Amino acid sequence: MNKIKSLADLKKLKEEVQSKIKLREKGDNPDNLIQIKVSMATCGIASGAKDTMNYFIEELDHQGIDALITQTGCMGFCYAEPTIELTMPGKQPVIYGYVDKAKAQEIIDKHIKLNELVDGIIPVSYKTIDE
Amino acid sequence: MADYKMHLLVCGGTGCKAAQSELIKTNFQNQLAERGLENEIQVIHTGCFGFCEQGPIVKIQPDNTFYVSVSPDDTLEIIDEHVVKGRIVERLLYTDPNTKSQISESKNMDFYKKQVRIALRNCGFINPENIEEYIGNDGYSALGKCLDELSPEEAIKIIMDSGLRGRGGGGFPTGLKWDITRKVENEQKYVVCNADEGDPGAFMDRSILEGDPHTVIEAMAICGFCIGADKGLVYIRAEYPLAIQRLKTALKQAREFGLLGENILGSGFSFDIEIRYGAGAFVCGEETALIHSMEGKRGEPTFKPPFPSQEGYLGKPTNVNNVETFANIPPIINKGAAWFSTIGTEKSKGTKVFALAGKINNVGLIEVPMGTTLREVIYDIGGGIKNGRQFKSVQTGGPSGGCLTKDFLDTPIDYDNLLAAGSMMGSGGMIVMDEDDCMVSIAKFYLEFTLEESCGKCTPCRIGNKRLHEILEKITNGNGTPEDLTKLRMLSHVIKDTSLCGLGQTSPNPVLSTLDNFMDEYEAHVKEGKCPAGQCKALLQYVIDDEQCTGCTLCFRICPVGAISGEKRSPHYIDQALCIKCGACFEKCKFNAIKIA
Amino acid sequence: MEMINLTIDKKPLVVKKGTSILEAASSIGVHIPTLCHMHLHDMNIENKPGGCRVCVVEVTGRRNLAPACCTEVAEGMEVRSHSIRAVNARRTVLELILSDHPADCLVCAKSGNCELQDMAHHLGIREIHYQGEQSHYREDTSPAIIREMDKCILCRRCEMMCNEVQTVGVLSMINRGFHAVVSPAFEMNLDHSSCTYCGQCVAVCPTGALTEVDQTGAVIRALSDPSKTVIVQTAPAVRAALGEEFGLPAGTLVTGKMAAALRRLGFDYVFDTDFAADLTIMEEGTELLGRLNKFLAGDKDVKLPILTSCCPAWVKFFEHHFPGLKDIPSTARSPQQMFGSIAKTYFADKMQVKREDLVVVSIMPCVAKKYESSRDEFAVDGNPDVDYALTTRELAQIINLANIDFKFLPDEEFDQPMGESTGASVIFGTTGGVIEAAVRTAYELQTGKTLERLDFEELRGMEGLRKATIDFDGLPINIGIAHGLGNARKLLEEIKTGASEFHAIEIMSCPGGCIGGGGQPYHHGDVEILRKRQKAIYSEDQSKTIRKSHENPYIKKLYQEFLGEPLSEKAHHLLHTEYFDRS
Repeated sequence: MNKIKSLADLKKLKEEVQSKIKLREKGDNPDNLIQIKVSMATCGIASGAKDTMNYFIEELDHQGIDALITQTGCMGFCYAEPTIELTMPGKQPVIYGYVDKAKAQEIIDKHIKLNELVDGIIPVSYKTIDE
Repeated sequence: MADYKMHLLVCGGTGCKAAQSELIKTNFQNQLAERGLENEIQVIHTGCFGFCEQGPIVKIQPDNTFYVSVSPDDTLEIIDEHVVKGRIVERLLYTDPNTKSQISESKNMDFYKKQVRIALRNCGFINPENIEEYIGNDGYSALGKCLDELSPEEAIKIIMDSGLRGRGGGGFPTGLKWDITRKVENEQKYVVCNADEGDPGAFMDRSILEGDPHTVIEAMAICGFCIGADKGLVYIRAEYPLAIQRLKTALKQAREFGLLGENILGSGFSFDIEIRYGAGAFVCGEETALIHSMEGKRGEPTFKPPFPSQEGYLGKPTNVNNVETFANIPPIINKGAAWFSTIGTEKSKGTKVFALAGKINNVGLIEVPMGTTLREVIYDIGGGIKNGRQFKSVQTGGPSGGCLTKDFLDTPIDYDNLLAAGSMMGSGGMIVMDEDDCMVSIAKFYLEFTLEESCGKCTPCRIGNKRLHEILEKITNGNGTPEDLTKLRMLSHVIKDTSLCGLGQTSPNPVLSTLDNFMDEYEAHVKEGKCPAGQCKALLQYVIDDEQCTGCTLCFRICPVGAISGEKRSPHYIDQALCIKCGACFEKCKFNAIKIA
Repeated sequence: MEMINLTIDKKPLVVKKGTSILEAASSIGVHIPTLCHMHLHDMNIENKPGGCRVCVVEVTGRRNLAPACCTEVAEGMEVRSHSIRAVNARRTVLELILSDHPADCLVCAKSGNCELQDMAHHLGIREIHYQGEQSHYREDTSPAIIREMDKCILCRRCEMMCNEVQTVGVLSMINRGFHAVVSPAFEMNLDHSSCTYCGQCVAVCPTGALTEVDQTGAVIRALSDPSKTVIVQTAPAVRAALGEEFGLPAGTLVTGKMAAALRRLGFDYVFDTDFAADLTIMEEGTELLGRLNKFLAGDKDVKLPILTSCCPAWVKFFEHHFPGLKDIPSTARSPQQMFGSIAKTYFADKMQVKREDLVVVSIMPCVAKKYESSRDEFAVDGNPDVDYALTTRELAQIINLANIDFKFLPDEEFDQPMGESTGASVIFGTTGGVIEAAVRTAYELQTGKTLERLDFEELRGMEGLRKATIDFDGLPINIGIAHGLGNARKLLEEIKTGASEFHAIEIMSCPGGCIGGGGQPYHHGDVEILRKRQKAIYSEDQSKTIRKSHENPYIKKLYQEFLGEPLSEKAHHLLHTEYFDRS
């Protein structure tokens, strides 16, 4: 390790290493963040949920959008895997089915960035999957 | 650098380590590796989460799932269910004792709801053995700010304005102490961190050093900058091996990163820290005794003045602060005095860490804003009294604090209120007692501790406490007289009035506060020959109720001294002259025929 | 100098900043009682651990009571030394001390001289309200000092003397709380430790916890044994202090009364250690000149400075702490031992008394002399040169036992031949005296000229470390003087590093020299007493007609008849010794 020689060095290092623990901070304070829960049960994983999740993580990070991406169990929409639940801060959660990479890109471009709903929403009668 | 998608935070505090958290961590690592997930999911040991009652704790981020009482056998299920499939392992969640519902997120748990974590901010959050995690969470930015933007005077002013007071017990304004030390002219000055945590049951300093050692290092460097010292010493008890090891690792890393040593951050300011080991004498928490111990002398206090700020270690001006005090410094510098002073009460700003112990459901380490009431701490955070018993008393401030009754439950906790109530803040021990505790025995118990830990230098503490203890012994043995109660009070006042250091000056507090608050119990002992809580063996009698006794002979058979006699199927009898009051018959009787008289 | 205004017991006063409440109070006639506190003014020796808490006073605005001994005055301070709160606390604290103290005052060695007893009387303690367990320790007996720690009140004076003043480091507080006690490390016996037996712990102990080994019984038995010839020698410092034991003012010279008392006690011959002191000067002075002249002749191996060797505690000190320097001190025995050696040879022959029938008793201001007389090298076939060494206090004890009214005794002379002495030998009793005596003789022997001025004021005083250069007729001789072993240590460290500028150094273990010895009447912290004894010593010197050791006619005779000349083989055998590495 090279020595930190100035305050600027320290700040630079901080930015570099911040992401190491950012995940934990996000986890502690999720309410002001865009939250994406990826259904990662057996059926989801089989349909490529892992790729979808990785795509969200990488793409959002790439575009510098702060979001909390977690996995969750089976949402019960096995016919429409991979499914994700997207919660914009202060908004009701929305569930999308058949989310492959292309769909993921569309959701990022439209729903997340422009707040426009995208096709493929699965209408649900409950509020969130936690309840 | 590889960014992990998920973090498994395993508590690496001393308590959880004793409960195999090391094995839990290794299991996780092995099981992740078997599944090829080691580069996606990070397992780290953090400092203490505070919820020791339910340890070992495993927290999963970013899911914010909080698993309690995890055993090494549970790791496979957590990996396969939670990590791989995203399904929460519900049986490992915390169950709210009141609603019986399971809670997955710690912030929804009553234990954490009312907590505000400043000193403990990084405990259970970062890996204490990784300086980068500390830096990533604003670490060393306060030191950077001081060196780059602030003069020592300005930095001290922030500390002064924040209203921070010493967390080691005395409650002396920290900024003022720094200012006094700064103004004493001397080429050599020292910063000393008092990590000689001695209160039985208190472990906040240990937890901070185990969970966030860099905060102490950073704060000591800031203090060095402010008072004009280039040398720091951490006086830590040798019984804290994990804290010592983490601190050593942290010191090494800080030096490697150039955050200790010569010309820190190119500012021209140099500072380094050495560790000194204490042998665990309680009195060495007193700052003059601590300094003598560091100098290789007998650890006993000397009269102040001169204060260490004037003449301390090796006769040089020395600023001594406790670990928790230091842990508050970086956030204050970063966020400002105004932020800090909005937390707390008028004269006690910020938060205080308490170690909850005794007959309370959630034993552990908590940090709450000053001004939180005892009721909130005991019932909301602490989860109330164990086994549904009634609250009787809470003892704050370590062995020389006072025992407060339920009348004080709604008292907001701060330095001055606790003093006014006849107790003290101390270093933050909080021990809860229920109706089964005999307050005379409790007073005796605490006095035994101070008796043991007195250095013996001054008469009142050396002999006075011995005599107090002998009187209490006499009372709990059933030989007390009403005059003994007067003697207890008079002698206690003289000891408080004449002792040399804080240990002696506060040692009679448990006696005085129980005399004030539980006089009826003392009187029952000396006037009626009874111990209302049934704790004082000499004062209780086991008798057999003829009506209930079936003559089953079980008691006859288990009595170790042959004090019980009687015919089969007819009531038995206990010979009081032979009975040693071991209570075996009482516990074993199936018919509740044995009574305590 | 910044001045502070305050009131004590409603009396306003102005004192210097930095003054303690105790000193301030004393300046207006308010005598706040103290027990652990002790201040030897001007010697830089102060014990104020603030431990006993007897001196607590009430200070307006202060939460608790303040110990007067270590609380500095502050502007506007209002002190109440006898408020009911302060008096009650003070009495309670004393009761607590008494509750952990054996109540055997009537038979205690310190009875009548005990500061704790005085305090109980002063505060009118009539009942001890808080009784309980008392601490018990094993009694520790050594050749010179007895430790009876049941009687220790933890004033820590002995510890301060042993560590800070003497830098011997044997006594310190060990254990905690009620079990705390002052002890050698690991509770070892004193005679296994590096204790020098200087006796300064005994000199300052307020109670009977530290006392000297009592040899009065043995001396009384010897005196009543008709088959024994019992002779006595008295050290120079005894005559300047013994009177105090009989109510005479400090500084009263009682040389004549002492001789009379000893004769009445039944000693067959009453001699003077001063005679042997003159003999010491002859041997030590000659040794000094020998080494000096070798050095001046260019011998680089010669050991300089030469150090005096009269003080047994000092000898034991360097044997423990500076064994590497053991060939530097003079090999001359101390006057006590020279006396014993000559008495049991020269004098015994003269009187035709067998060695084993001659009992030599010495009266010393010192407890270490008891140890010195017991050293193996000072005995012949197990028969010691000096059989018993009593302290000044023990002498007073047997004088009382013999129903002698000391104050009314006539002045009597010492017996001859070993009772004749010079002024030079008398001043052996004070710091600076041995070296001054040596200078008087060495000057004349070296230069062959007669000294015109005998009073070397530059060598006198109470400073712990002093130095002077004496002109030996053109040859400057650098003299160092240290009293107190801590000061001696500084000079030894210099010698060790080769930085010492001295040719000769006098060392005495006790502050003030033998006048402040551990066997003298208790001074109870009053340094004025030591000054008065010192003054008495110098006045005795002044009153002598012969003031140079080499002019003592009986010494000359001793050499003529018996020893030959200084440093002769016989002198070596009888008057010199060797030192041992005890580290």
